[in-house]
Amino acid sequence: MAEAAHIPDEAETRARWGAFAFTDENLAKAKTIIARYPDGRQRSAVMPLLDLAQRQVGAETQTQGWLPVPVIEYVAAMLDMPYIRAYEVASFYTMYNLAPVGRYHVQVCGTTPCLLRGSDDVMAACANKGLVKGKTTPDGLFTLTEVECMGNCANAPMVQINDDNFEDLDYDRTIGILEALAAGESPKAGTQIPGRHTSEPEGGPTTLKQMVDANHDYRGEW
Amino acid sequence: MSFDFLADKDRIFTNVYGFQPWNLKAAQARGDWDKTKDLIAWGQDRIIEEVKASGLRGRGGAGFPTGMKWSFMPKESKDGRPSFLVINADESEPGSCKDREILRHDPHKLIEGALIAGFAMRARAAYIYVRGEYIREAEVLQAAVDEAYEAGLIGKNASKSGYDFDVFVHRGAGAYICGEETAMIESLEGKKGQPRLKPPFPAGAGLYGCPTTVNNVESIAVVPTILRRGASWFASFGRENNKGTKLFQISGHVEKPCVVEEAMSIPFRDLIEKHCGGIRGGWDNLLAVIPGGSSVPLVPAAQIMDAPMDFDGLRELGSGLGTAAIIVMDKSTDIVQAISRLSYFYKHESCGQCTPCREGTGWMWRVMERMRTGDADLSEIDTLYEVTKQVEGHTICALGDAAAWPIQGLIRHFRPEMERRIIEKQGGGLMEAAE
Repeated sequence: MAEAAHIPDEAETRARWGAFAFTDENLAKAKTIIARYPDGRQRSAVMPLLDLAQRQVGAETQTQGWLPVPVIEYVAAMLDMPYIRAYEVASFYTMYNLAPVGRYHVQVCGTTPCLLRGSDDVMAACANKGLVKGKTTPDGLFTLTEVECMGNCANAPMVQINDDNFEDLDYDRTIGILEALAAGESPKAGTQIPGRHTSEPEGGPTTLKQMVDANHDYRGEW
Repeated sequence: MSFDFLADKDRIFTNVYGFQPWNLKAAQARGDWDKTKDLIAWGQDRIIEEVKASGLRGRGGAGFPTGMKWSFMPKESKDGRPSFLVINADESEPGSCKDREILRHDPHKLIEGALIAGFAMRARAAYIYVRGEYIREAEVLQAAVDEAYEAGLIGKNASKSGYDFDVFVHRGAGAYICGEETAMIESLEGKKGQPRLKPPFPAGAGLYGCPTTVNNVESIAVVPTILRRGASWFASFGRENNKGTKLFQISGHVEKPCVVEEAMSIPFRDLIEKHCGGIRGGWDNLLAVIPGGSSVPLVPAAQIMDAPMDFDGLRELGSGLGTAAIIVMDKSTDIVQAISRLSYFYKHESCGQCTPCREGTGWMWRVMERMRTGDADLSEIDTLYEVTKQVEGHTICALGDAAAWPIQGLIRHFRPEMERRIIEKQGGGLMEAAE
């Protein structure tokens, strides 16, 4: 596990997070989530609850969030499941951070469809801004990770930063987004090609042109 | 161009690009949730017969007939176990980006389809498993589900049909393997997503040990329109055994990558010319195409140019339609690197359960990297091929196969390129010149 991130010392983690509990708002959300699964199957909620917990840690630390051991223990106890089963889940899925990350988690897709459209340029832009793969910048602002296909292939290359995707990137657009985030702005998510809406061909759709301006009902033409 | 392109009126996903709102009011104005009660009143058997007659084959990659899959579900519960529908929205196959458009732009087609399909297979609820990275998409879908509950379209007495049916959204957390149906069920139960041995098949014992059918998002979302317009309408598109319309996703070296709904069996050249502005640098610049997502073998330019894009047409070329995720590569592509990056993907995503896959994917990637730089021995090409054959078919799920096929396709079609790199690296080119 050469790529394994550094997890803070256990005593330190316990001192900071030992008393973790959901906020009232998140507790209500957790109850709604648990109710989606049949009685006695509350363990099914472990993934959404770990996500919720990570988000709360994120809110408290002004980062994307991570899962300290006491937080995983809290979720496991809530679902009446052994800690190790919850830890197994937290360590199996890539979106749970087992170590602290920065304010913005910059996840650059490097799989073949993005590679073909220039994900190396996106990586180069990140490198030029001082981001190092697997590391957090000294100011705590950015953590860089190369991730596997994010399913935005018709808008490649792309990066996911916390909850938003930035698509149709090149070197300059990537620099622009990183600089905007560093300046505390909220750059527009989605495609970065001016005039492109989502995944239609650049320059305007070749189909369904009537839908561009009005919510057209095609049933009359059936 | 002789192909009969799909007319706008025959497109199912009219809001695929999201120019219009996804919400219930707008969706109803486009024709969703229109007399759903009457469709349910057809009864289970007629719905399944209609879906069978439409020729709809699963849109998640395997292409299994959807109606037949539903008919495997028990007609009555002898022991009180309920049945479940699980909808696979864990779209993670490199190249695939169609379910995303349905989730965020046309979610009501999926929710209505879930009700009708769930009713047809006598399920009490549907779980929609959305990949973790689709954060905004899952938010839209959840909001659409909430709207549908609010309007009485799902829940108790769904759409006033007398049938009780729940729809739940469940988000994953980043694991390609959860797209495999039994891994998805494990994950839904709150475990690591490691595939189960089959049998028992999910239709016998799936989610919580209950009869379960897992269907792709697109397979479910097209059902309401098929029922409204009739099986013969859907079956009027595409060649025999390859019926219907399909969301194609074109990425890579075309002028304008996009997602577009077209008739099945559309020739590759027509698809690219009409919707993607052609190949970057012209048709002479085309090197190869991965026509169905990363798991299927690549097809060289000359073979794919005029091939029909459907299940059988691509199988005849030694590849497959998969999810219709078309990755186009022009002559600037380092083809060995392109495939090696996929090998890295499978190494990263192997769940670690079966030894041939856990060890094999890493081994194959490391050898592929040496092939990329030419730091290999000529005999290792055969060794690599043999190892792919030892991984293929020797694992619980198809991830092992998926990791093996791209490499096999590369060796089959680009062996001279692999050999050239090795010979050049060893100074072979110079030796020849010296003689």
